[in-house]
This record gives sequence, C-alpha cells and structure tokens, in this order.
Amino acid sequence: MSAFSALLSRDLRLALRQSADSLTVIAFFAIATVLFPFGVGPEAEVLSRIAAGVVWVAALLAALLSLDRVFVVDFEDGTLDQLILNGQSTVLVVLAKVLAHWLTTGVPLIIMSPVLAVTLQLPSEGYGVLVLALLLGTPTVSLIGALGAALVLGARRGGVLLSLLVLPLYIPVLIFGTAAIEATITGMPSQPMLSILAGLALIAAALCPFATAAALRQAAE
Amino acid sequence: MHKFANPTQFMRIANAIYPWIAGLCLILFAAAIPIALVFSPPDYQQGETVRIMYIHVSSAWLMMMIYGIIAANSAMFLIWRHPMANLAARASAPMGATFCALALVTGMLWGQPMWGTFWVWDARLTSTLILFFLYIGYIALSDAFEDSERGDKAAAILALVGSINVPIIHYSVEWWNTLHQPSIMKASSEGIDSSVHPSLLLPLFLMMGAFTMFYFALLVLRLRSELLAAKIRNARLSQIAGHAAAQPAE
Repeated sequence: MSAFSALLSRDLRLALRQSADSLTVIAFFAIATVLFPFGVGPEAEVLSRIAAGVVWVAALLAALLSLDRVFVVDFEDGTLDQLILNGQSTVLVVLAKVLAHWLTTGVPLIIMSPVLAVTLQLPSEGYGVLVLALLLGTPTVSLIGALGAALVLGARRGGVLLSLLVLPLYIPVLIFGTAAIEATITGMPSQPMLSILAGLALIAAALCPFATAAALRQAAE
Repeated sequence: MHKFANPTQFMRIANAIYPWIAGLCLILFAAAIPIALVFSPPDYQQGETVRIMYIHVSSAWLMMMIYGIIAANSAMFLIWRHPMANLAARASAPMGATFCALALVTGMLWGQPMWGTFWVWDARLTSTLILFFLYIGYIALSDAFEDSERGDKAAAILALVGSINVPIIHYSVEWWNTLHQPSIMKASSEGIDSSVHPSLLLPLFLMMGAFTMFYFALLVLRLRSELLAAKIRNARLSQIAGHAAAQPAE
C-alpha cells in the first residue's frame, strides 16, 4: 500500500509542477462548450435544452485529450518497465495511476462544469445533479480511459486510435449521465440513473484495472 | 480443445468438414432465398417489407455470434496462447464488421417505410452502432503495431472488454423501452415462444442457418489462406537464408 501512495503522490506532484497540462484540459473543456452557442444560436430555451448533454460531451472529450499523459511518458523513459518489474502488483500501479488521473483531470472538470452550465442556461434545479452525475461518472471515464491508453502504447497513430477505442465505451456513461440531469429538470427522480452510473463505475473498477494491467505487461514485454 | 491448437491438426479437421459446411450453405440458401423473397406470405401489418427482416435478423444474429466467437477465441489466445485461436479471431473480425454494417443498413431500409425515418436513436440501433465501432476499433488496433504479436494481444484484451457490450445489446430492449419493437423471439420454459406466425418463421430459420454456414465456410477459407501465406513466407525466408549460406559474404 505504501507503494500505491508513493506512486500516487509522485504522479500528483508531477501534475502539480506541470499544472499547465491540467489547465490546458480545463481550457479545452471551456472552449469546446463555448463553441455550442455559436453553432446553435444564443436563444436561452435551445441552450438550456442541450446544456446537460453539451457539458457531458465536452467533459468526455476533454478527458480523452488528457489520457495520453497517463502512461506514455513513463512508457517512453522506461519508468513503466521498472514499475512492472519491481515486484509490486501491476493492478495497484494501475489504480494509483487512475486515481491520479481522476484527481488531476476529473475533479477540475467537475469543479468547472457548473460555471459552464451557467453560460448554457441550465435550469437551476439541474446543478446539484450535474455535479453528482459527473462525480459518479468521471471515475468510469478515467478507468476505461486508462485501459485504452495502455492498449495503444507504442501504436502508430495512437491518439486517433485511442479515441476510436474509448469513445464507444463511454456511451453508457454519457446516456445515464445526461438522463439523470434531464430527469431532475423535468421533475422526475434522478436516483435510478445515478444508481446506474454508480453501478457502471463499480463494474469498471472491478474489471478495468486487471485488463489495464494485462495490457501494460504486454506493452512492456 | 487443445488438440485444435496445432494448425496442421486443425486444418485436417477443417478441410474434412469444409465440403459439408459449404454444401449445407448452398442447399440452405437455395431453399431460403426463394421462400423468403417470393413464396412466403407478406406480413399483415408490414406487407412486403417483412422480407427485409429475413436478411436483417440473420445479419444481426451473425454480428453477435461472431463477436462472441472473437471474444471466446481471444480468451483462449490470452490464456493458452493458442495461435489458431488468434488467427480465428482476427479472420472473423472483418466478417463480423460486414454483417454488422449489413444489419444497420437493412434496418435503416426497413425503418424508412415502417417508422417513416431511416434512423431513430433507440437502444438496439444505438448498441448495434456501438458494436460496429467496437469491430472497427478491434481491426484498427490489431493492425496498429509494427510488432504484430503486440497487436494480437492488445486486440484480444479489447475484444474481451468489448464483449461486455454484447449483453448490453441483448438486454437494451428491456432497459430502454422505445420505438424499436420488443424482441420477437423469447426463450421460455416451453421452448421457443414466438409472436411470429410459423409461415414467417420457416424462411427466417432457413436464412439464419444459411448465413451461419456461410460464415463458417468463409472462416475455413480465410484460415486456410492465412496458413498458406505463413508457409510461403517461411519458405521464402529459408530460401533467402539458404541463398545467403551458399554465397557467403566476401
């Protein structure tokens, strides 16, 4: 467990010292969201109708852009080989990496999302559930994303390939994440959707680290 | 199961059953195409467009079955390192993607007269589309590496992860109750309980059998050519090696 916390604090320290990386992802999240009013027009009723979906899609794309940081640097300078060979469980390495990615990407996205939702005229009752849905959904995004990032290590056109692999797997999260917000806005209970989001996160947490560890071991072979 | 891991052993059995598969495929198609497209009665609600369903359901059946075969073979490849399992998975992927595309296209052609639109965002259509993307991702990932073995293994892991999506397709009808019809066939305790009239079921089953045999026949052909290509590669390599040995560098 001390290896886990050591790796986590190392990754967090690295992210803090290169905080421009995290800020770039947040800036992308903002600019991608801001593009939509230009695309569909500034009418408040149109924007408030699509606000939940736009915030979710932009958050997924922003998270996707950040995924190459998860393993590539360690893969290229040989740190990853050391992490796999040092006798610690590779699954633990993966979990530390995923948690670091979520803390440096998922959490800033969640903090930023209500601000962007304001610019899109999201109805006032939707903000709490927006944050809650992102809280339950972004761990799945990090878990699946880390798997994709591990699979494409060393591949040609890795970035484009990563989006092709990962985005289809994000669709259930997107469906239930936006459905929870829509339900609240229309006066329905959002709890079933949030439960399903939590369930997806649990399934991803149970399966993805093992698959990611297997992919990492093959990439390092 | 393990004796099929040997390519020679596998191909001996595969070549022995190939004429039977191919023959059965031809017979089934010869029966299914006239019955499905000409002789079977039109549906009382859907009219003649019901004939699209024979192709559509058969393609949808194959796209799911082939994904299951890819996932099972990927598991065998990762666990026991069977080279034949890997070859079978990779040879199946383009066929699965094609049947998936066929299911989507025939579904759209059927949806236009029935629902008045080519595309609706309901659960089953959407998960079929996701499955199509999974196929494309699998094929792209398996070809993305200089070292083909790395591509094999990465794609095998992706196939296993993606196989979680196949049950989602199956249960999506129950999850989201939308425009798409509920599944026409439900397995119940008394066997197959179907809301489809038997006169429409016969051509459907014939067509599904024909499609399935078609897939297996193509799979044997693809595996055979894949192994022959590997043999030619090896023969060329040993020829070059022999050539180099006969004329040592000066």
